[in-house]
Amino acid sequence: MMLYLFAGPFAFGGFANYLIPLQIGAPDMAFPRLNALSYWLYLTGGITMLLGFFTASGAAAFGWVGYAPLSSSTNSPGAGPDLWIVSIALVGFSGIFTGVNLITTIFYLRAPGMTMFRMPIFTWNMLVTGLLILIAFPVLTAALIMLYADRHFGTHVFSVKGGGSPVLWQNLFWFFGHPEVYILALPFFGMVSEIFPVFSKKPIFGYKGLVFATLAIAGLSTGVWAHHMFTTGTVLLPFFSALSLLIAVPTGIKIFTWIGTMWGGQLDFKAPLTWAVGFIVAFTMGGITGVFLASPPIDFATHDTYFVVAHFHQVLIGTTIFAGFAGFFFWYPKLTGRMYREKLAKLQFWLVFIGFNLTFLPQYLLGLRGMPRRIAVYATTDHFTFLNRLSTAGAYLTAIGFVVFLINMWVSWRSPIKAPDNPWDGHSLEWATSSPPPSHNFHKVPPIRSTRPTWDMNHPEHADGRVMTAAELSREVLD
Amino acid sequence: MKFEHKLYLGLGAFFAVIVAIYWFWSGESGGSTLLLASALLGLVPGAYLGWWAMRMKPRPEDLEDPTSEESTGVVGAFPTYTIWPFVMGMGAFMIGLAMVFGSWTLVIGFALAISAAISVTLESKRGGTV
Repeated sequence: MMLYLFAGPFAFGGFANYLIPLQIGAPDMAFPRLNALSYWLYLTGGITMLLGFFTASGAAAFGWVGYAPLSSSTNSPGAGPDLWIVSIALVGFSGIFTGVNLITTIFYLRAPGMTMFRMPIFTWNMLVTGLLILIAFPVLTAALIMLYADRHFGTHVFSVKGGGSPVLWQNLFWFFGHPEVYILALPFFGMVSEIFPVFSKKPIFGYKGLVFATLAIAGLSTGVWAHHMFTTGTVLLPFFSALSLLIAVPTGIKIFTWIGTMWGGQLDFKAPLTWAVGFIVAFTMGGITGVFLASPPIDFATHDTYFVVAHFHQVLIGTTIFAGFAGFFFWYPKLTGRMYREKLAKLQFWLVFIGFNLTFLPQYLLGLRGMPRRIAVYATTDHFTFLNRLSTAGAYLTAIGFVVFLINMWVSWRSPIKAPDNPWDGHSLEWATSSPPPSHNFHKVPPIRSTRPTWDMNHPEHADGRVMTAAELSREVLD
Repeated sequence: MKFEHKLYLGLGAFFAVIVAIYWFWSGESGGSTLLLASALLGLVPGAYLGWWAMRMKPRPEDLEDPTSEESTGVVGAFPTYTIWPFVMGMGAFMIGLAMVFGSWTLVIGFALAISAAISVTLESKRGGTV
């Protein structure tokens, strides 16, 4: 539920639909009505999933992966699992529509002069996310229909009895599941890629490298689905292991690019940059343990232990929470026209950062000592107690951090400080319009001659692109 | 337009290579089918965009340094507020519930979804709210 309903839609539903038109100088998304439908499908899908908790037999109890045969009508009867299937289908369609909308908008509604290689990195990442959605989500929907048919019409796609194969479900599910992880992560990569250059007062380091790394992630992530299934014994180990290791390369390029951007820049540690740096730390730790898991011998040893839990949460929470808050604080003035309180945002950062590491680092150790996942009970003789208590304390600290966030929002709401149009001396087009933007986004789009049009306009002496002459500019204004 | 075309073709070509390796190495049919579909997903729109790129001049957003004459013109038509996506969403919801609880909501669901589809099409055709 956390995965389907929060992490994904937060980024590509909320942020992308608002920011992509602003960043490429478009008045709106290409299909506003499709977008509205996508929102309503998402909402009803969410309600359907929650309805499961009110049925007699309770909600679906097979977790987010819904492995066959656990999800068959014998093993989990009742309306709960059906509600789960339907809700994921609805949310899936919502995602597909958003993907189509993103790609069309980026291909057809760019402002004059905004070539593909002048688009902000966030827009690039959303384009790749859109492509991945179109590859992955239909597979999931198809698999869900087969599962539904198995449960109700007596087909045997996933049951051994009728000649079907339960492993096929795993194949189909992870063909969606692994790209899904990147569908979640890429928008957040994009957000921090916007933040680093602005707060370092430099253009992004290795723009094209970053773009191609993003594309490489899209390609490779689709080819690695079966690394979640090493222990089923039916998959081609060397192929998937090699591809899983390869995917570390573009990811490494990204981390290198971010550090390269900060290197030698005039760093200004406002809250967005602080959160973004926290993101690099968390993501690097999570990513490196992922490389361990790509190697089959280690995966066999740690499969379904807390090591996997810690890896998974560190990558996902590391990206969604840290980069998400970085992006949130970065664009909050643009979205609302108000400033947040800097000190509270910093305090929240330190609480969440310490709490987060305190929660998950002990879980790695627990996993290596053999604690299985999904089983919360353990004998005192296993010596898991201390590490688990540490982990719990960390979780509470994180919760306090979120309370600070709510206070911050409340203060900003009750006694607003008006935000200027361009509080961070930003680079991309959204900072050239007012905060919050007018209806249809721009009264006038500035000329675009580089990846940093707003910067060029405000600092003509340090511009990246060709600077317009006064005569040209006055003509632009007349248009 | 040229680059969009290359982007799709490149993605399709990558999957074509991957599916070839995977098929000859493992011989497993499920994954190969999925990868083949992904390859086509890249190649088909790629070919379509290329077909258009051959037939049209570069648009102002494809030019490195467009003049202001090239930049003027209508960007597109954007529809106003409408209720129909909401109606269609509720229709889909009803159909979904019918799949779980039984058949009677199916009727309402289809009625809502179909009427919304017709209305939204007519609305765009007339260029205003119905």
